[in-house]
Amino acid sequence: MTLFKQIGAVAVMNFKSLPHRVGTSVVIVIGIAGVVAVLISVLAMSTGMIETMEHSGRDDRAIVMRNGSASETGSALGRDAARLVADAPGVRRDAAGKPIASAEVLRLLNLFRKEDNAEVNVAMRGVGPQVQELRPELKIIEGRMFRPAVTEVIVGKAAHAEFKGLNVGDTFKTRGATWTVVGVFTTGGDSHDSTVLTDAETLINAEQRGGFQSVTVQLESAAAFQKFKDALTSNPALAIDVNRERDYYRRQSETISKVIYVIAYVVGGIMAVGAIFSALNTMYSAVSARLREIATLRAIGFGATAMVMSVLAEALLLALIGGAVGAAIAWLFFNGHQVSTSAGGQGVGHLIFELSVSPGLIAIGIIWACSIGLLGGLFPAIRAARLPVATALRAI
Amino acid sequence: MKYFGLIWAGLWRKRTRTFFTMASIVVAFLLFGLLQGLNQGFNTVVTNLNVDRLYVSAKTNMTDGLPIAYSARIKAVPGVRAVSHWTYFGGYFRDAKNPIPAFATDPEPLFQIYRELKVKPEYMEAMKKTRTGVLVSEQLAKQYGWKIGDRIPLGTSIWTTKQGSSTWMFDLVGTFDASAFGGFPSFYINQAYFDENAAFGAHTAHYFLVGIKDPHQATQISKQIDALFANSTYETRTQTESALAQMQLKQLGDINFIVNAIVGAVLFTLLFLTANTMMQSVSERTPELAVLKTLGFSDGKVLTLVLIEALMLCVFAAAIGLGLATFVFESGALRRIFGNFGMPLIVMAMGGGTALVLALVSGLPPAWRARQLNIVDALAGR
Repeated sequence: MTLFKQIGAVAVMNFKSLPHRVGTSVVIVIGIAGVVAVLISVLAMSTGMIETMEHSGRDDRAIVMRNGSASETGSALGRDAARLVADAPGVRRDAAGKPIASAEVLRLLNLFRKEDNAEVNVAMRGVGPQVQELRPELKIIEGRMFRPAVTEVIVGKAAHAEFKGLNVGDTFKTRGATWTVVGVFTTGGDSHDSTVLTDAETLINAEQRGGFQSVTVQLESAAAFQKFKDALTSNPALAIDVNRERDYYRRQSETISKVIYVIAYVVGGIMAVGAIFSALNTMYSAVSARLREIATLRAIGFGATAMVMSVLAEALLLALIGGAVGAAIAWLFFNGHQVSTSAGGQGVGHLIFELSVSPGLIAIGIIWACSIGLLGGLFPAIRAARLPVATALRAI
Repeated sequence: MKYFGLIWAGLWRKRTRTFFTMASIVVAFLLFGLLQGLNQGFNTVVTNLNVDRLYVSAKTNMTDGLPIAYSARIKAVPGVRAVSHWTYFGGYFRDAKNPIPAFATDPEPLFQIYRELKVKPEYMEAMKKTRTGVLVSEQLAKQYGWKIGDRIPLGTSIWTTKQGSSTWMFDLVGTFDASAFGGFPSFYINQAYFDENAAFGAHTAHYFLVGIKDPHQATQISKQIDALFANSTYETRTQTESALAQMQLKQLGDINFIVNAIVGAVLFTLLFLTANTMMQSVSERTPELAVLKTLGFSDGKVLTLVLIEALMLCVFAAAIGLGLATFVFESGALRRIFGNFGMPLIVMAMGGGTALVLALVSGLPPAWRARQLNIVDALAGR
């Protein structure tokens, strides 16, 4: 008990003297804030991307592609196969008894970004007539829905904002057709918001090549997935892969989010080493500034452990402040910051998403801050504890 | 120069402090060197890309494809040396988890256009004679343990054969050296075999590769090629290799911005650290500096001494950091991922400049303070 009392007393005394050492203390705070801000901001790219992709799919929907296809661009499904998939058990049916499914075609469009005029590949998706039943989250926010058989498209909200020439009334060309934008839709900020939608049959007719690439179905429930999958995989007429929609979209962003993780931790790690050195510096000078005080306390009977703990407590407090400042900077500047990349793979086209500084990331940042603080405080703390009392007192 | 000893002694007055300050500057410049080195490296690679190669793709989108028959018409354009093409085949070996970057092509002109790829003439002969033949990069062959003469089954999720199978059989007839592209793995099959067996998609190319005689004519030849097919069903777009690479790099996102933001954050942090070290060091030495002034050192000289001390600290540490970064580049640790490139000189120059600025900005306030010292007050400890 006395140990805790001692630690408490010394720590409080320390904290009170902090304002006299603002200059050196600020160094530790800024150093750690820098590390945490960079780490969190880079990781926020990865989290933002994963969140966007995960929202794109639902557990009670399934996507069916040719077997071995990593994404829709590498898949081909004939009409017969598409019909068999839609009619499989486990698919929810609408009031008229028709299965709720959408056989889809994915094409890439060359469009230009408004910001820097860079040419990018935007996904253009041909969807089935039941798309609005399949995706109730799809809302038209401007103009109207496309009509089948005439070359009309609706564009996602993010695509509308990011790319040139996607205003209602604008037209663009693909092979064999000129398309008119008749509306803007949103699916609530998922990856479909970065795409252009049209009627699948119209798109296939215009291009005169190939059939469908995937079929997305509405399951009776999330639990009906296994029934649906078993029925299809046991059918020898079909060579297909069945995935929950959410798993499929998650997988599309896996590679790139791994790359971002590696970059974040390598850069963050190198910066952390630098921050540890500067924390060591600060804490050593904190200890030497308090040399007399420490020696006096030791002389009147305060234990070595209390000394170590008090120095560590100071380092930790400064580290926490630094971590909080870093997290705040990352959150203020980058949370919700919109970026776009083609690195999400061809199956998605050019993806627009917002950086997301999630509570989990802030926790990671604070943990890093504390670790740096502890490592930087440890050696100076040991030095404080080992100080020979007599010599230190003589230094006065 | 005669004051070197004095400055050196001042610098190491507190060994631990100087060491840790230096260590963090070293780390910061290591990071600076790595990030800027990669960034500049990419840029130089992109701008130095071969200029005597052109890429022709469908104007609407590369994935739309062009008729193979265009090849002969492109070949007839004056100034064109050779024409080949890539048809994306994709595919996987044994399991969809082992994707293979396979392309159908016209192999002989392909290797004339990519002169960096080295293939033995006998392998090329074998490839021409074997319809089902395949040429594989040495790296890919090593990865899967393929030997010449092996039959390799490739699975595909797109290109069913006319027999309705989704597995294609190929005969490995030779390997080639792709080390010029960092060992970029590739798998080239005969277009003729593909056209004969694919249930659909035959006679279509995704990119025509055009070797030209004179790089100066790149723009003119590009325009001529595109004019050939203007207003047809399949319009083309011709780009130089570097324009294509720049476009792809841009699509990844703004790499420049990210690198600069990180480096900026690191250097800003460092500025505080170094300034603080110098400030502490000067305030501890107040009496010493006063003594120097008493001995007749002018105000300006004292200012210079402190500044040079900061300069030595920063420049020395920065040199070590950049040296480490260069070592990482030279050691080849990154070569596997990014291909062949060393530390660009411009990054060394940028690093040196940054170190100078850092030293001046962080050293000036304490140096100014040292200059302003009043001898009497300083000696009295006021």
